[in-house]
Amino acid sequence: MMTSEATTPFGDRNKVLETTSAWVLGLLWLLPLVYAVWTAFHPAEFATRFSLTAPLTLQNFANAWDAAPFPRYFLNTFILVTMILAAQMVLSTMAAYAFSRYRFRGSDFVFMLVLMQLMVMPDILIVENYRTMNMLGLRDTILSIGLPYFASAFGIFLLRQTFKTVPRELDEAATVEGASALQVLWKIYVPLAKPIYLAFGLVSVSTHWNNFLWPLIVTNSVESRPLTVGLQVFSSTDQGVDWSIITAATLMTSAPLLLAFLLFQRQFVQSFMRAGIK
Amino acid sequence: MKRPEFSFTPWLLLLPAMVLLIGFTHYPAVATIWHSFFATPKGGNPAPFVGLENYALMIDDPVFWQALTNNLWFALGTIPLSIALAILMALWVNDRLAGRGFLRLAYFTPTVLPMIAVANIWLFFYTPQYGLLEQITQALGFPSHNWLGNPDTVLGAMIVVAIWKEAGFFMIFYLAALQQISPTLAEAAGLEGASRWQYFWRVQFALLMPTTLFVLINALINSFRLVDHIFVMTKGGPNNASSLLLYYIYEVGFSFWDSAYAAALTVVLLIVLGLVAIVKFRILDRRTHYQ
Amino acid sequence: MRRFVLKSMVTLAVAAALGSAPALAADPVEISLYYPVAVGGPVTKTIDTMVSDFEKENPDIKIKAVYAGTYQESIVKALTAYKSGTPPTLAVLLSTDLFTLIDEDAIVPIDSVATAPADKEWIGGFYKAFMENSQTQGKTWGIPFQRSTIVMFWNKSLFKEAGLDPEQGPKTWEETVAAAKKLTKTDANGNVSQWGIKIPSTGFAYWIFQGMTTPNDTILMNGDGTQTYFNKPGAVEALQNWVDLSAKHKVMPGGVIEWGTTPKDFLEQKAAMVWTTTGNLTNLRANASFPFGVAMLPAIKHPGSPTGGGNFYLFNKTSPEQQKAALKFVRWSTEPQRAAQWSIATGYVATRPDAWETPEMKKYLQDVPAAGVARDQLQYSVAELSTHDNQRVTKALNDNIQAALSGTKTPQAALDDAQKDADRILRRFR
Repeated sequence: MMTSEATTPFGDRNKVLETTSAWVLGLLWLLPLVYAVWTAFHPAEFATRFSLTAPLTLQNFANAWDAAPFPRYFLNTFILVTMILAAQMVLSTMAAYAFSRYRFRGSDFVFMLVLMQLMVMPDILIVENYRTMNMLGLRDTILSIGLPYFASAFGIFLLRQTFKTVPRELDEAATVEGASALQVLWKIYVPLAKPIYLAFGLVSVSTHWNNFLWPLIVTNSVESRPLTVGLQVFSSTDQGVDWSIITAATLMTSAPLLLAFLLFQRQFVQSFMRAGIK
Repeated sequence: MKRPEFSFTPWLLLLPAMVLLIGFTHYPAVATIWHSFFATPKGGNPAPFVGLENYALMIDDPVFWQALTNNLWFALGTIPLSIALAILMALWVNDRLAGRGFLRLAYFTPTVLPMIAVANIWLFFYTPQYGLLEQITQALGFPSHNWLGNPDTVLGAMIVVAIWKEAGFFMIFYLAALQQISPTLAEAAGLEGASRWQYFWRVQFALLMPTTLFVLINALINSFRLVDHIFVMTKGGPNNASSLLLYYIYEVGFSFWDSAYAAALTVVLLIVLGLVAIVKFRILDRRTHYQ
Repeated sequence: MRRFVLKSMVTLAVAAALGSAPALAADPVEISLYYPVAVGGPVTKTIDTMVSDFEKENPDIKIKAVYAGTYQESIVKALTAYKSGTPPTLAVLLSTDLFTLIDEDAIVPIDSVATAPADKEWIGGFYKAFMENSQTQGKTWGIPFQRSTIVMFWNKSLFKEAGLDPEQGPKTWEETVAAAKKLTKTDANGNVSQWGIKIPSTGFAYWIFQGMTTPNDTILMNGDGTQTYFNKPGAVEALQNWVDLSAKHKVMPGGVIEWGTTPKDFLEQKAAMVWTTTGNLTNLRANASFPFGVAMLPAIKHPGSPTGGGNFYLFNKTSPEQQKAALKFVRWSTEPQRAAQWSIATGYVATRPDAWETPEMKKYLQDVPAAGVARDQLQYSVAELSTHDNQRVTKALNDNIQAALSGTKTPQAALDDAQKDADRILRRFR
């Protein structure tokens, strides 16, 4: 592998210009977060004024915590993303296994149906899915938020591609030794797809942690509301926008994901790369 | 791997996923089309069949046309720019510029933050007179501007927010793809006297085409799917200048309670996405192949 | 004699035991309350305190209070809950949602549950202006709870700076425009650093618009909610006045002004006068670094304002015991002292004259005389715009007002279009 120098087979590039531009863009990109941190930790008068001598305060966080039942929202969101991820992993694995290891009549047609969900996500069909939830009697539960997402076309697609790269010899060897289909799946296919599971898991968790429209429609009460809905419901008052308390609440609700990303960003990127998503 | 005899196993494996997929994607799509031919039921009465009346209403509805054209402009504004930025960011991070860890973090952070939360922050940025943008432009001597309150600029303002949110996410895909390109290619190109720009355009971009197509499809779908920022920042205004199709569907379905008309609007959305699907399968089938 | 006393005592004891047994055996009635978070601050805490105080006094009733977002979100949630068979017992929703709720068959008239003569007296004790949006077809459907009117706040320091009398807010439209001209300052670059006046036009443009049509002697709808009068000459004049503030007099920014940031604009002293709900009084008092005054909306032919805010509604498909329990809570919450406390804490207008007579309220008025302005405006106040299919009709009006303010339509064209849309929507209700 090359040294840490940038590739320079094209002669000198203006590295200074590029680095500066990259940094400017990076700082610009971080600006909303920086503003959030500034406003959350300073009193209300400094929400629009950026004087360096402004006093720090934790009062905004206290106010935000009091104003809405965030512990409950955290719990709901945690249960939600875990539930969705677990279901997605199991269902996608089974389906991908079926597509990759078996040849059966109609498999192409069924796979096409799966691919359609890549385009037409449950989020689009809010009116109809809401009606279905009513019929199922599941409205206003955490399950109702997650159910439409349990079958993930993206997951099936990724895993199918990965499973297809598993060498046949391994499969046949295990079968010859008397392993059942499920045992082959568990012992051979799944371990080889670990990086995919990780990549997919990270995408799934961050997508559903931040999902807003569908949970807004399908939940009514505090017991089932996730963080995004709780946050919006709390921040749009008739009395006008109070950035100090909104940013405090924003930081509180985004902190877990941000921290997780900070800790896992290398794995995140690497798993994407190993996944070879094309 | 051939199993000529019929086996239940694959079908059993597929069953749970397919039940849920069909239940929450295919069935509602069909049901939406079905319901769009009826009027919204009143009181306890069943819904009356009205044929194409909802569609006639839709054609006469200026708000629908506004939402649709807005959405198309929104897609046009967001997609090329966010892809271009994503490639640029990936190139910079990949090229090991100083502080690439920080850069990668900075570019990707918007993806991790919920849109509904950052929309309020963007609201501050765009607020006239003392918002962040205003403070900067005033310091530079430019006139004040009401970005969100002016129908000419509001859609552009929302496009900026969307690009900010999406570019970092796409960057990751490009980063992964770039790392797959062997560095010897760069050396070879350099030896043949190609410029950096030529190398990028002729080699890297061409090799990144599959990723670009993947990202393009994703970005297209997202431009119709993500409306969270509208809830907080403009609620579709002023005078529907920032309304998008899915947001209008929400208004009609859950504020006006007109489920039949909402169904008709959803059918339009389905058609748009269907066109995207056709484009994807035609183009992708030609350029790449699935194993 | 002793035996008689003994016998009667035993009888009484047995009767008492028997009488209390059912009460001991009865489960508390459970009711649910959806309420909007319309003011900042720890509203949830306030409501929770109210609920627990009520439950202490009434151990046979348990209330589950669910806060449901803004008014818009609350009506969505209440109706979705109702449509799926689990209605809330009580909800605090906009007074203008009246016809929508009746059309969906979602609410029951208050007077079907409040049948005692004392109840009727209680219903009669609210301000007439608030009852206008609460009664129709001869029945009472909602009880005023957190009601408001629009008021104009003015910055006394900026007035003094501009050479105006800081203790006198403008009383008429001309006075307002004249004052605003003196109060608009531009900096060296030609940018306006301080606007004379800011009137928001997102969110509730139609409500603000009523604050201009009412003083111009123009009412925008009929009492049955089946007819609107958006393009009456008085209304067109009023909209022209609004547009002229930025187009002609240049005392207000052009384009659409955001509701949510207008109070902040006032606090930042970027606008010397603002129009907003009286519910912002507490917020402004807490955060203003300068003295300010509260004025009634400027008069044209006479003063006037629409009312606003939320009523209690009793929902259909709930049991009679629940409805009775809910009614008890509604009566309890609107008792004079409690109405006074609620008003003082939030800035909304106490809904009954007797609430204004309580000692707490009298003391509050001594400290904050400005709080009485909203009440004084009530005699000139009219119902808030409310029709069948209310959301659709108000959206048509809002959109067209915004079009006029952005300069894409003339006021006449905008209101003609709004009236056309409203006619189309309301046709099937006539």
